[in-house]
Amino acid sequence: MERASLPDEQAATGSTPAPVPIAAPALPAVLVQSLVKRYPKSPVNAVDGVSFEVRRGEVFALLGPNGAGKTTTVGMLTTRVRPTSGTAAIDGLDVARNPVEARSKLAVVPQRSNLDRSLSIRDNLVFHAAYHGVGKAEARARADELLAQFGLGERAGVKPDLFSGGQAQRVMIARALMHRPQVLFLDEPSTGLDPAARLFVWDRLRELKERGVTLMLTTHDMHEAAELSDRVAIMDHGRILALDTPQALIHSLPGSTTLELSAHAPEGAGAPEGLLDALGALPDVQRVESVGEDSGQGPELRLRLYLGGPAPALLAPAAAVLERHGLQLSAVEIGTPTLEDVFIHLTGRKLR
Amino acid sequence: MSAVAETAPAGASGGQARTFFAVLRRDVYVTWSELPVFLAQVILQPLFLLFVFGKVLSSLGYTQNGYSDLLFPGLLALTAVITGMQTLAFPLVVEFGWTKEIEDRLLAPMATGLVAAEKVLFATMRAIIATSIMIPVGILVLGSIPWRWSGVPLLVVVLVLGSLLGAGLGLVMGTLVVPNRINIVFSLVFTPLLFTGCSQYPWPSLSRLPWFQYVTAANPMTYVSEAMRAALVPSVPHIEPWICLLVLAGALAVLMSIGVRGFYRRAID
Repeated sequence: MERASLPDEQAATGSTPAPVPIAAPALPAVLVQSLVKRYPKSPVNAVDGVSFEVRRGEVFALLGPNGAGKTTTVGMLTTRVRPTSGTAAIDGLDVARNPVEARSKLAVVPQRSNLDRSLSIRDNLVFHAAYHGVGKAEARARADELLAQFGLGERAGVKPDLFSGGQAQRVMIARALMHRPQVLFLDEPSTGLDPAARLFVWDRLRELKERGVTLMLTTHDMHEAAELSDRVAIMDHGRILALDTPQALIHSLPGSTTLELSAHAPEGAGAPEGLLDALGALPDVQRVESVGEDSGQGPELRLRLYLGGPAPALLAPAAAVLERHGLQLSAVEIGTPTLEDVFIHLTGRKLR
Repeated sequence: MSAVAETAPAGASGGQARTFFAVLRRDVYVTWSELPVFLAQVILQPLFLLFVFGKVLSSLGYTQNGYSDLLFPGLLALTAVITGMQTLAFPLVVEFGWTKEIEDRLLAPMATGLVAAEKVLFATMRAIIATSIMIPVGILVLGSIPWRWSGVPLLVVVLVLGSLLGAGLGLVMGTLVVPNRINIVFSLVFTPLLFTGCSQYPWPSLSRLPWFQYVTAANPMTYVSEAMRAALVPSVPHIEPWICLLVLAGALAVLMSIGVRGFYRRAID
């Protein structure tokens, strides 16, 4: 796994403004270098020296808990937040210096509906196109086409007040596509949606990817990041901790399976001394993480073991170790590592 | 920039003008589709003031004969300022603080200041239309209104300045007020503004109530009312029009610079 700074990529794309070879499609869709944002009166940087690039046609996710700096990073890329230092470019265009031009190259789908409530769904799309200089006839044709594609054709004349979160989300994605942006930014695209709506949105996003639209999403949902993205940047406290394909991030973890043990902790005082070491000394155990004591009612200790071999064989010895430390096993979960495990590995905390 | 050329750049100044007028067209379109609501919103209050103070009280003999003549220009001033303010302030507070509807326009390819400018222009247009409607309404309610063709040029200038003043007040309030305070702030600002703007009485006559004369002198609407009287009923004592225009220009400069700054602060972190 590559850690934080991505030295190779930076050297290759960023440092010199050397002439780009004429036929090269090398210009990244998004290029962020040493980006910093400190809000007035804040003692810390909300975004603390972030660098990455998003290739054309790529789906790129910023994954991290709330407050990690994802939304601020996207805010700077979409001209709504002024960077304190560093640069952010879309399609080679510095967004802080050319916000007006940058806006015609990007589109934003926010987490919560910001649809124009005074306009019908169709007019939302048509006026958005007009703001971006798309001609009337083309805008109307495109609006109808997109509304049909997003399953909204029959509701084109309805005002968005009456729409559910999932429907509003679909309208906002359709609206964003009206001016054919180079990069589409989506903030938590499926948060708060019911499972069916979520799958629908994911399918539409996959279609966009197939058509070569560059997508950049922010999410605290590891499933979403793993499902949709070509590459994931894991963010915490304003920094990128790791950046790679979801598979590579997961493979970088020690162990191929995980065994999560829950136990009632009588005093609720955390893991007894020596417990983690004792579990770590069991055969095939490569690493042990304590993943919190928060679940359910009463104090409960949860430990995650990263294993080199099959998990069932380890169940009895692990239970015995717990018992020796005065703990009673209450639940067991066997799994393969996920992006969540990568986050835990990097930060010692769960994503939410 | 080879890659820029392949997409139609809407960022050129022509593009920004096109975006500006597209946003203006949106506002006109919405107002047109809600025309009865618009008319009710802007006409009802001055209509009732006109009816009660100009018609009812004078019919009952509680006001002197000429009162409706000095009230009418004041109500034109009131309509211009209040309509400009309401058109801008209420939606702006809601759009910035709650519905976020303005984001689609803030992300349109034009300078952020132009989004504010469009709001001001549209609010001014609405205020001018609403105030113009008051003229036939006045004729209907009062039977006749004070009118001087030679005063029309001044009337037009004051109408535009008064509408801009309302828009400026609206821009300042709309960007400073957070949604959960909207009720308090509007009653704290709206009512005093309504009654200290000399729309119902001429300013010079307040010399009998000096403290109130000072208070009203601090309300920029006073100068709209006074200049309207200068245009339509110069026989009523009024503040000199050139003083009114000067004060209005100064008030506009102050309000617009505060308002635009506030707008930028709300639009960009």
